[in-house]
Amino acid sequence: MLIEQLINGITLGSIYAIVALGFTLVFGVLGIINMAHGEIFMFGAFIGVVVTSTFKGPLWLAFLAAILVTAAMGYMLERFALRPLRNKQGVSHLAPLISTIGVSILLENLSHHIFGPGNHPFRASFAEISFQIGSITVYLVQIVIFVISVLLMYALSFWLGKTKAGKALRATAENLETASLLGVDVKRTITMTVIIASAMGGIAGILVGMAFNSVTPQMGLSIGLKGLAIIILGGMGNVKGAMAGGLILGLAETFVVVYGDSGYKDAIAFVAIIVILLIRPQGLFGQKISA
Amino acid sequence: MRKQLKKFAQFTALSSLLVLSACGGNQAAGDEEGKSSGGAVKADIGVISYISGPGAAYGEAITNGLKLAQEEINGKGEVEINLVIEDSAGKQDQALTAAQKLMNSENVTGIIGPTLSTEMNVVGPEADLNGVPIMGTSTTAEGIPQIGDYVFRNSLPEALAIPAAIDKAIEKYDAKKVAILYGNDDVFTKSGFDTMKKAAEEKGLEILTTETFQKGQSDYNAQLTKIKGLKPDLILASALYNEGAVIMDQARKMGIDVPFVGGNGFNSPEVINIAGDAANGLIVATPWYGEKEDDKVKEFVSKYEKEYGKKPDQFAAQAYDALYIMAEALTNAGEADRDALRDALAEIKGFNGILGEFSFDEEGDVVMDPTVLVIEGGAFKEFN
Repeated sequence: MLIEQLINGITLGSIYAIVALGFTLVFGVLGIINMAHGEIFMFGAFIGVVVTSTFKGPLWLAFLAAILVTAAMGYMLERFALRPLRNKQGVSHLAPLISTIGVSILLENLSHHIFGPGNHPFRASFAEISFQIGSITVYLVQIVIFVISVLLMYALSFWLGKTKAGKALRATAENLETASLLGVDVKRTITMTVIIASAMGGIAGILVGMAFNSVTPQMGLSIGLKGLAIIILGGMGNVKGAMAGGLILGLAETFVVVYGDSGYKDAIAFVAIIVILLIRPQGLFGQKISA
Repeated sequence: MRKQLKKFAQFTALSSLLVLSACGGNQAAGDEEGKSSGGAVKADIGVISYISGPGAAYGEAITNGLKLAQEEINGKGEVEINLVIEDSAGKQDQALTAAQKLMNSENVTGIIGPTLSTEMNVVGPEADLNGVPIMGTSTTAEGIPQIGDYVFRNSLPEALAIPAAIDKAIEKYDAKKVAILYGNDDVFTKSGFDTMKKAAEEKGLEILTTETFQKGQSDYNAQLTKIKGLKPDLILASALYNEGAVIMDQARKMGIDVPFVGGNGFNSPEVINIAGDAANGLIVATPWYGEKEDDKVKEFVSKYEKEYGKKPDQFAAQAYDALYIMAEALTNAGEADRDALRDALAEIKGFNGILGEFSFDEEGDVVMDPTVLVIEGGAFKEFN
């Protein structure tokens, strides 16, 4: 019972973590909160449904298609919603936030039109594979989700810390103009970042579809807000913080149900934000920024 | 020159406005004449429905059912109904705006809708105040017809449906312990929960735990694992079908194989589409059973399937019957008058529609016998 709940919590937490990684990446570089991330995640899930249920395609194709589509959406988001606002005189620093909110509303309604309302089941035989340990049923998907989230975290840390592109990205995050003076192709770096973050959202979308067998046009909003809570919890722009924050939130939500009242499940994330902002405003893993 | 031009522009604008308003007047007068001179009673019926947003599937079914009934009714020639359809998006404020528009500027004789009980709680009093008869086709929460004299419904209230389903389930499975699961952010599912709790207490069932969830949630594993550990004989779930189907899917995957008893919102063929085999063992009481051996029902199902390419659910069926009830009341009233329609509606007794024999009680609430169904082998069957 307890172990099963622990598995539930880790699965949920890993999904939160992958979503939060996408959030944190964009925030780290651009300093903006991408409110459309949840909807891009939702599109990833829908592409998975379309490939596996409508066209009866294999799962790897679903992943590939979802990554391609969400990456393309990331590019369009950057090209049409963010780039026109960058470095413009008189544009408020809140403008990109508002523009991503606009994109999120557009995408939600678009998916409503394309895919229809209501729940779409995710029929992949892979999601049915399970094994029994004593009285506990463990689904392979649950393990895969955890492994993928850890892999993504390490890959991202490695990429940011050790590769040239990652260094360019960090330089861009530090100071856009200086980085460009030093020969970093800032435009390409930013576009790359948004694309990678979106593709990660797409991956998370498929994983959620497989784990919970529930895909709706509205799923983006709540997961987007949770993702936001997690990066505040873990530290804005911090990769390890996103991972830890995701797992903490997933486990906390599960154990509120176990030992408390399931009515407070969703409240945990926001109580956590308030507490963390009061005690450690930079987040668990964040560094103090001297202004 | 410029001044003259401006004057000319003003004049044209003004005169075209005048012409426009004159047109409007003419049209209204024409309508009025049509009512008295022609044999058929002509009436505008407003419809407020949940057409966009997460529950848009309900609105789609409801408007489909209404349009089908409208076609048939108008074809018969006794009554000519014109439907004025407005979207509420499932929101109270939007439903109220739509209702005000229908009552004041569209000048409708009666209103069908809105879809959700939450919406009816704000629209109902307004319609009652304005003296416009309003009939809910899907508002099953407690206290809806009690809002006022002008408020009716033809949707089987949860207070009748749920105890009927629980009774039969207890009888068959000899259930003693139950777990309750409900959506706590919706008046509809919450009122379903109250009814379930009351029914369970009256039958002397032991309630092991009460768990909640929110609309649009996708992960129910934590709640279900907890329920699994308590080993109930039955799970009472007050959920809309979207969430309900996913709950059943996750429960079955986890190895929970006890039957579920659901409320009205859980009763939809979509549950089978979404959950597949996991939907087996869902027990619901319903006013609508599409496989019934009845000519009216068969005809409706085949027509609906031909027109919209899918099987009608109870929302379509209730909407279809609702417009027939409206039509009958209009025929009895003999004119498209709001007060006359209200009185005629209140008089409806023993109406024979696709839902079975239907009457309003003195409060405008439903009097009818529900059918208890269970999902077996991927289809709804009568539960005995």
